[in-house]
Amino acid sequence: MFDLDRWTEIGDALRKNKLRTALTALGVFWGMFMLVVMLGFGNGLENGVKGSMMRFTTNVVYVWGERTTMAYRGFQPGREVDFTNADIAAIRRVPGVEYVAPRNQLGGHRSSNVIRRGSKTGSYQVLGETPDFFKISPRILVSGRFINPLDLEEKRKTAVIGQQVAAELFEPGEDPVGHYISVQGGSFLVVGVFRMASNDDRSDRENSTIHVPFSTFQHVFNYGERVSWFAIGADDDTSAGDLEDRVRAELADRHHVHPDDPEGIGGFNSEREFGKVSKLFGGIRFFVWFVGVMTLAAGVVGVSNILLIVVKERTKEIGLRRALGATPFSVVSMIVQEAVTLTAVSGYAGLVAGVALLEVASMALGEDSGPMSQPGVDLSTALAAGVVLLFAGALAGVIPARNAAAISPVEALHSE
Amino acid sequence: MIRLEALNKSYVMSEHSLHVLKDLSLEIAEGELVAIMGSSGSGKSTLLNVLGLLDRYDSGAYHLGGKLARDLSETEAAKLRNSHLGFVFQSFHLLPFKTAVENVALPLYYSGVARRKRNAMAASMLERVGLGDRLDHLPSQLSGGQKQRVAIARALVTDPKVLLADEPTGALDSQTSTEILELLLEVNAEGRTVVIVTHEPDVAARTRRVIHLADGRIGEDRRQEGG
Repeated sequence: MFDLDRWTEIGDALRKNKLRTALTALGVFWGMFMLVVMLGFGNGLENGVKGSMMRFTTNVVYVWGERTTMAYRGFQPGREVDFTNADIAAIRRVPGVEYVAPRNQLGGHRSSNVIRRGSKTGSYQVLGETPDFFKISPRILVSGRFINPLDLEEKRKTAVIGQQVAAELFEPGEDPVGHYISVQGGSFLVVGVFRMASNDDRSDRENSTIHVPFSTFQHVFNYGERVSWFAIGADDDTSAGDLEDRVRAELADRHHVHPDDPEGIGGFNSEREFGKVSKLFGGIRFFVWFVGVMTLAAGVVGVSNILLIVVKERTKEIGLRRALGATPFSVVSMIVQEAVTLTAVSGYAGLVAGVALLEVASMALGEDSGPMSQPGVDLSTALAAGVVLLFAGALAGVIPARNAAAISPVEALHSE
Repeated sequence: MIRLEALNKSYVMSEHSLHVLKDLSLEIAEGELVAIMGSSGSGKSTLLNVLGLLDRYDSGAYHLGGKLARDLSETEAAKLRNSHLGFVFQSFHLLPFKTAVENVALPLYYSGVARRKRNAMAASMLERVGLGDRLDHLPSQLSGGQKQRVAIARALVTDPKVLLADEPTGALDSQTSTEILELLLEVNAEGRTVVIVTHEPDVAARTRRVIHLADGRIGEDRRQEGG
């Protein structure tokens, strides 16, 4: 293996046909390059998406009322389920619940409202919140404070606004805290400005919202005891999936919804979303490996092909070597070594080029860049690719080597 | 040194089989100089291939230096070829991309001799065959006679007991043929067994034993005074 002559032989054989060797090497190079680059960007996408999801607390359950579809306890189907303040305490008693944040939105889900400040107006979502919501969905305070228990208790007309709202309703450089904004004719004192930690679509939407105390919301906008939906944080020992089941069962019982009714109580949990994304990336990773390995395989077939020709061309030489005392093993190992060398060198070059490209991309993208973050391959992936490569190289040599070993010295020496 | 007992060898073609060697029995002692003659198709090349462990036989027995050839694996046969046998071919069979020294050193590579040592051994062997000034020449830069000298040097470099030559002068002019033949006689004088397959009576005349093959059998086995 570490025989200088052997390496000289291989060098000679490959050098005799520079163009053919180069084209063959290019096939393997390209396969490896593609595999590494695709894996790297796949990882980057995963880092980016999962990273921005992580910034949301992952253990969150959302539940809302819907129209029932099954008759139960004397109630007809088609009844609208409405949550009330009384449900807050009930949910809090469900084991595994850490935070309960009742929420209301002015005008219903995702509708916006005209907000006025002086001569400027804008259209934003207005939500009623409790302090717990800011623990479930963390955000960065730019100025002032979040809604506090005292706001809630005294039904103060205070508001915490998103960065985008501040930018559109206030002058550049002006601190909105201490100023009033007008929501449906009522004046609210801005006490805080926030922004989201990441900058994907969802964060952009959040930056354009206005949050007022939950109790104030119900009072000012005539919501009575109504709660549109709950955001519920699970404690560290409870999975969001389990908690959703428990909370929904509790609410179904309280609101006389049939336990088997698929509607009536709507729900969603972050774990499920996270799981979906994980599954998606599992699929992407499989796809990337599949395409990459197949591209590499095409390159390997090229190597195998060139060696077949080389063996054919060297029939006489191999026959002579056999006559002079070369064992079948030494002939086979010579060809396999040639295959492994050709694949290893060109594949390694592809690996290095791929990693280099990923490094450049990673640097260009910077620390935090939304859906694509720190593309790259870890050591174990690189090692796995290396193992695939060596295996591929050996495989490329098998058929040509078998042909070489089958060469009969008699026929080889007499073929003039 | 070489003992054949009722040896049979056939080539199986697609439809019929060709019986090439028929119940061939032959003994060649150590140090003999033997010419094998015969018309083409008489089986002399096949016999040489069998003697050189390059080809298998069907029945009978072939003992080389006390070893039964049939029992040898491919790997063992390769090792025995390397250490016990030297080959000289009509068309030289030198590797064109290797220098004279590298060509001669090739068998030593397969017997595991270190590079520096085998190049030194190859160089001294080339000096012995009169090519001390052609060490780093490629085969294409050598004349036919010189090429055959390189081939003989290569055959001798592992110090084999037996030298097998297949028409060694077949591609050479008469002057050069004589020189090559002299060289082979010297090799024999060192005590090595030399077997020469030839169809040239001039060559056979210089040996001490001439075996005529006809149709796969020994037609005549004549001892003579070589000269």
